[in-house]
Amino acid sequence: MRTLRALVIAALMAFAPAASADTEITFYYPIAVGGPLTKVIDGYAAEFEKANPGVKVKPIYAGNYDDARIKALAALKAGQPAQISVLFSIDVYELLEQDVIVPWDDVATSAEDKAWLKGFYPALMMNGTYKGKVYGIPFQRSTIVLYWNKDAFKEAGLDPEKPPASWNEMTQMAQKLVKKDASGNVTRWGVMVPSTGYAYWMFQAFARQNGQDLMNRDGNQVNYANPAVVEALQYWRDLGAKHKVMPEGTVEWGTLRQAFTEGKTAMMWHTTGNLTAVKDSAKFPFGVAMLPAAKQRGSPTGGGNFYLFKKTTPEERKAALAFVRFMTAPGRAADWSMATGYVATSPAAYDMPTLKSYAASFPAAVVARDQFQYATPELSTFQTGRVRKLLDDAIQASLTGQKQPAEALKAAQAEADRLLKPYR
Amino acid sequence: MKHVYGWLLLAPAAILLIGFTHYPAAATLFDSFFSTGTVVRPSRFVGLDNYAALGSDPIFWKVLWNNLLFAGATIPTSIALAMLMAIWVNDRLPGRALVRMSYFTPTILPMVAVANLWLFFYTPQIGMLDKIAAMFGAGSHNWLGDPGTVLWALSVMTVWKEAGFFMIFYLAALQSLSPELEEAAKIEGASRWYFFRRVTFPLLMPTTLFVLVNATINSFKLVDHLFILTKGGPDNASNLLLYYIYQVAFSFFDTAYASTLTVVLLGMLAALAIVQFLLIEKRVHYR
Repeated sequence: MRTLRALVIAALMAFAPAASADTEITFYYPIAVGGPLTKVIDGYAAEFEKANPGVKVKPIYAGNYDDARIKALAALKAGQPAQISVLFSIDVYELLEQDVIVPWDDVATSAEDKAWLKGFYPALMMNGTYKGKVYGIPFQRSTIVLYWNKDAFKEAGLDPEKPPASWNEMTQMAQKLVKKDASGNVTRWGVMVPSTGYAYWMFQAFARQNGQDLMNRDGNQVNYANPAVVEALQYWRDLGAKHKVMPEGTVEWGTLRQAFTEGKTAMMWHTTGNLTAVKDSAKFPFGVAMLPAAKQRGSPTGGGNFYLFKKTTPEERKAALAFVRFMTAPGRAADWSMATGYVATSPAAYDMPTLKSYAASFPAAVVARDQFQYATPELSTFQTGRVRKLLDDAIQASLTGQKQPAEALKAAQAEADRLLKPYR
Repeated sequence: MKHVYGWLLLAPAAILLIGFTHYPAAATLFDSFFSTGTVVRPSRFVGLDNYAALGSDPIFWKVLWNNLLFAGATIPTSIALAMLMAIWVNDRLPGRALVRMSYFTPTILPMVAVANLWLFFYTPQIGMLDKIAAMFGAGSHNWLGDPGTVLWALSVMTVWKEAGFFMIFYLAALQSLSPELEEAAKIEGASRWYFFRRVTFPLLMPTTLFVLVNATINSFKLVDHLFILTKGGPDNASNLLLYYIYQVAFSFFDTAYASTLTVVLLGMLAALAIVQFLLIEKRVHYR
């Protein structure tokens, strides 16, 4: 009996939190690209602790974006402390609806803090802003760019230094770039745009280029059935069905990089997050350019933002602000960009000597930045998972030829309207 | 006192079963009668509304149909193949251990690793399948990107993964068969096929029932490969019931509707298991 009691007490003591006066910041973060990035984050946290005695930072790696959101929300529900987290930039409406986040404006009150909030690229702030308040601070952010194979361009008699600037140019160049063997089978496609997993994201680029954004700023209205959007999907479908420069059916996101580096497609649209991987595995010279334009250029942004949770004490909020400012400081943003291929989040970061010299030796690293002026926020609404899947399904049904673009998008619009009505 | 002792012995298993199986199942059933709550709009009792929504959800019917096709394609094929392989490696043949091992290898690989391998088999042009096709002058086919082939492509991979596992059960059963039966049949002049049809196959029936139950459950619960291969696409052409439940629960955050779907899945599996055990069991044993 006595040993049992001793055991119970020992067990209780093991779980009891150690008493301390330190402010502790716990944060969950996802990693969606390759490389030993947990070490980089742990390094940043240790550096911050050294510079800020009295504050302890506990970074917790939480899998991909979906896992991180699930884990952070579960931890909050279970009453475990997490003061901040890096979560998907498009989770903002979900987090608002759960009423778990507060705007950074509430804590960033000094003039210096306010200047810091204004220091990021405006394109990266759009996903994190709701009704004029900033809920998400950009951290690991990406965008879509066009990769092209210069050897293939040369072989097809095209100028290897001149990527397509418009949809028409892309179609014409792609037609020249398609290569067939003696029996008429295609051995190299002109262009590939992935349509599994993140079909909606790729499609946002087409729609934006055709002059139409897919949702409004309050996240309660989508424009799937807009004629310009239908036209954009028709063009994507035509690349495969009519112009025969892209395989018919869907193109797999996960294997596209290999298809490009093995020369099976002369051009591809892909995330900047793949830049370092392509650089390491391509055996031919390649270029990176902005996506082509129809009425205008355009590409959505993507990636993760810092959010501040509601259940925090004033001290914790102050420490959290200091930590996020530390993480997004120009020097660290530059370092993070070079380690990952994510874009650096502020103009000041691109002025850092380290990133400047990196960009000089590898110009592709700054294409994403130059494209920001044409950027649109990633698709995000209330009920975002469902509203997004409606679009994914419509795109895939069109690309595989099961439905006409207009018909598929009209059905998706009707269903999205039904879901979003309560939020208007 | 005796009672206490008995309950104590039962407790570890009972606590785990109740905590992680029975309580969640009951809670799921309970949740399916409520709406999904957010902080802004708390959960409320909605009766059978979630079930009505399920009836009019075209994706639910689509994934259910897909799942039936998937089960219909994978269960008989993997059982037949497993039996064939077991009989083949049960014979004395050179390098028997090696053949057995190679049949069993797919089983020990994790599903996610297998899916990553097959992703590259199926990839147009750079995939192995297309490279073989190219040797014979055939064109490339987008196996996973075509709604007409994607489910069959997944079925082939699943059979490849599962057959080796079922083979082990058949192999064990075959080795427990008395060799005298075979000798007697030989003396009587029975052909190999006749011997298989009238002796081996009936004696293997209990194993077949066991394998059948497992294969059926697996065809509904094995969806790891969808995360890697297709995410249910294109346009839900390869979406299966359990993966759809995952999407509803963790991508749409509609826990109430996910509970409703789960109740339907549990009900179906329970019904299947009861049918298999009660009806077929009677005809399984060779008398």
